[in-house]
Amino acid sequence: MGSHGIRDQVAIVGMGCTNFGEQWDQGLDDLILDATGQTFNSSGIAKGDVDAFWIGTAQSGMSGITLARPLQLEGKPVTRVENYCATGSEALRAAAYAVASGAYDVAMAVGAEKVKDSGYQGLNANNPPGDGTARTLTAAAMFSMVAPAYGAKYGVDEDQMTDVLATISAKNHYNGARNPRAQFRREVSKETICASPRVAGRLGVFDCAGVADGAAAAIVVRAEDAHRYTDKPIYIKALSFAAGSGSGLIDPDYDYTHFPECELAARDAYAQAGITDPRHQLAFAEVHDCFTPTELVLMEDLGFAERGTAWKEVLAGTFALDGELPINPDGGLKSFGHPVGASGLRMFFECWLQLRGEATPERQLHSERTLALTHNLGGYPGEMVSFVSVVGSELD
Amino acid sequence: MRGIVGAAGYVPYRRLERAQIASFLGSGGGKGTRAVASHDEDTTTMGTEAARLALRGAPGSAPDVVWFATASPAYLDKTNATAVHAALRLPNEVPAFDFGGALRSGTGALAAALCAGGIGTALVVSADQRDGLPTSSDEAAGGDAGAALIVADDGPGAPVVAEFLGGGSATDEFTDRWRTPGEQRSRVWEERFGETRYVPLGLEAWARALKTTGIDASSVARVAVTGMHARAVKALAGKLGVAEGALADDLSASVGQAGAAHPALVLTALLEDEARSQAAGEVPAGRVLALIHLADGADVTVLRTTSALADWRPARPVAAQVADGAALPYGKYLSWRGLLELEPPRRPEPPRVSSSAAWRSEDWKFGFVGSKDRSSGAVHLPPARISMKGGAFDEMDPVPLADATGTVVTFTVDRMAYSPSPPIVFAVVDFDGGGRFPIELTDVDADAIAMGDRVEMTFRRLFTSDGIHDYFWKAKPVRAGSKAGG
Repeated sequence: MGSHGIRDQVAIVGMGCTNFGEQWDQGLDDLILDATGQTFNSSGIAKGDVDAFWIGTAQSGMSGITLARPLQLEGKPVTRVENYCATGSEALRAAAYAVASGAYDVAMAVGAEKVKDSGYQGLNANNPPGDGTARTLTAAAMFSMVAPAYGAKYGVDEDQMTDVLATISAKNHYNGARNPRAQFRREVSKETICASPRVAGRLGVFDCAGVADGAAAAIVVRAEDAHRYTDKPIYIKALSFAAGSGSGLIDPDYDYTHFPECELAARDAYAQAGITDPRHQLAFAEVHDCFTPTELVLMEDLGFAERGTAWKEVLAGTFALDGELPINPDGGLKSFGHPVGASGLRMFFECWLQLRGEATPERQLHSERTLALTHNLGGYPGEMVSFVSVVGSELD
Repeated sequence: MRGIVGAAGYVPYRRLERAQIASFLGSGGGKGTRAVASHDEDTTTMGTEAARLALRGAPGSAPDVVWFATASPAYLDKTNATAVHAALRLPNEVPAFDFGGALRSGTGALAAALCAGGIGTALVVSADQRDGLPTSSDEAAGGDAGAALIVADDGPGAPVVAEFLGGGSATDEFTDRWRTPGEQRSRVWEERFGETRYVPLGLEAWARALKTTGIDASSVARVAVTGMHARAVKALAGKLGVAEGALADDLSASVGQAGAAHPALVLTALLEDEARSQAAGEVPAGRVLALIHLADGADVTVLRTTSALADWRPARPVAAQVADGAALPYGKYLSWRGLLELEPPRRPEPPRVSSSAAWRSEDWKFGFVGSKDRSSGAVHLPPARISMKGGAFDEMDPVPLADATGTVVTFTVDRMAYSPSPPIVFAVVDFDGGGRFPIELTDVDADAIAMGDRVEMTFRRLFTSDGIHDYFWKAKPVRAGSKAGG
């Protein structure tokens, strides 16, 4: 028994990502064809040369046919996966393991979501029939309970907390303004953020991820084959996943100031990748900033800051684009947008661009470090799934 | 000896000031207030709340039958008393029946319970929700409430506090007030006609009751007269020949006339008042109380207090609940009653509850029963099979928490989620004695909740979809009125 990982066994050799946003003129199939088309082009691999496919979508389609029909795949193994908002990461995880196992030579992971056809604001889950006793709260409301709990525990008063959360939001908008694919490509002042209408608890509109349509995709091969397709492959150092038991919701010991599932996933990923000091070893990280308090707490769960200090680090600019450890250089869920099934792969796409030096110059990082992290979660405080990956541009 | 061994009223938290109606619409309304059921209450939930309080105040009684009377049933065809039965977690050999439709059904159920000794302990629950078109007298004079009376033979565990001496009725067929199924508003005939029918009918029934019980009107200590025909009620009260000061407050100025539930509500308030006076030594045991209800005739119930009344501790007296209300703006009232449709949040409405899933989780959904791991003591809400602490498998005992109080650990206000009356106020609650559950709060203003607040559970209707009501529990603040009597 053990979690051994597949460090340096698998490489990403092609990626694509659509623009995220309100794509009224793009159906799910169009989004999929856009993302997969970019991926085939960037890798030089034709769809017929891909041996197996995984399509991650939370609610936009069922079964592998969701991918097989638009791509007109004939008799290929195509599987649909779903794992809340970590769905896109789950697709990549499956494809990477399939290649690492030796079962396939070339595998593709696609994440896609058509959110904006529902006609409703925010994200809406299609839950199975139930007894009518389940919560009907929005995710914003569940995550809004984190900020006051964190503030009370660590002595951050309401004004300070408002400033901290606005700093996170402004930073992600600043980064997104430098990303041509992002849903919101403009900087937003902290004043505007603080004055935005409340959605849930103290969270305003600018504390919440953008709700967007979009798709992203990746092709993975064995590491030793990577240079057949690209000079600059991205190697998978770690893939970890932790599903909570849901007991945080009913466990009086849970205090809403941390996400144990994320701590566990990070610990496993760092062990797989041989990382001992993430803050000083990673060039940057893409984290699941579904709401601003989520990003705050993740800085501690992922080991980027000591418990109770992330709020100070946020204010000190540690996680800004020019900071010590840039977080969400692509704008994150906040600014890039959150097409549920695509988001996990979108995070890898930023790693793909940044580690290859292909991000737009305004946001391209110039770090000597060659490792990056993606963190993708789904669910709510107390009832969460969490994914952490580490990727790098060099073999160890 | 048969009589009443326990009683409770339930007055919802919100009050409409009748003067608001005229200031909003230019006419209608009047003086005083009426009680208003919350958007998440109906006659079934209000009856359930009353029954919970009645049983809490008469801990030695165990119902052999549950009767539920209302003129505003949440369901037709389907029995509403079964939801009350489920929320009270009564054994399934206890039958639950509805007395449906008419305003006279409440007193009918009470009379049947008092006269039918063979049925054992009867839990007689009534509730009503009174509507009227804006500016109508029904809108202003009506009220929403529940009441529950426990009727039984005298016993050591649950002594009779008010003995049934007898009663009298007068029945007549005439159309004074009517409503066809599906209509929200009632219609009434010219007021004078009803008055000329009700007053003589009331006097006839009164005379019969006095004759049957052998009691002189002047020796009736307290009498309450109820009915939706206010003029007839007032006129009859003046002709009963009772002593000055015998007439009880009929709660029309504070609660409003709560239809089929009103006689039991007023009788409960009267008993509570008498209990307090007797315990204080102001009045002796053995006083005669009478209740007269005018609805399609007249029904009189005559009771005599026992010495056990002084020891009776009502769980939450009607007077305390009346004093505890909070104002509800008229616009909100109209929207809650479906008379004014407000823009809903742009979120999907919840799907209908699965009947089979609801049935499987009856104890949880209706009884708020979780499970407790025998080894670790960890409480699971909803009940689980494998423990979250230690992993014991099927080593759990049921843990009923409907009567538990708890503390707000953290909370939020959701302005975007679907609710019949946004925003949703939601809290993580730690129960005294163990267990945590994140749950919606009710009867609370969004800006008046804080970490550390104390809450108790209340049975509510979350929403209705495809005509299926979703009943479950919410938490509400423990208030001064709820502390009275524990």
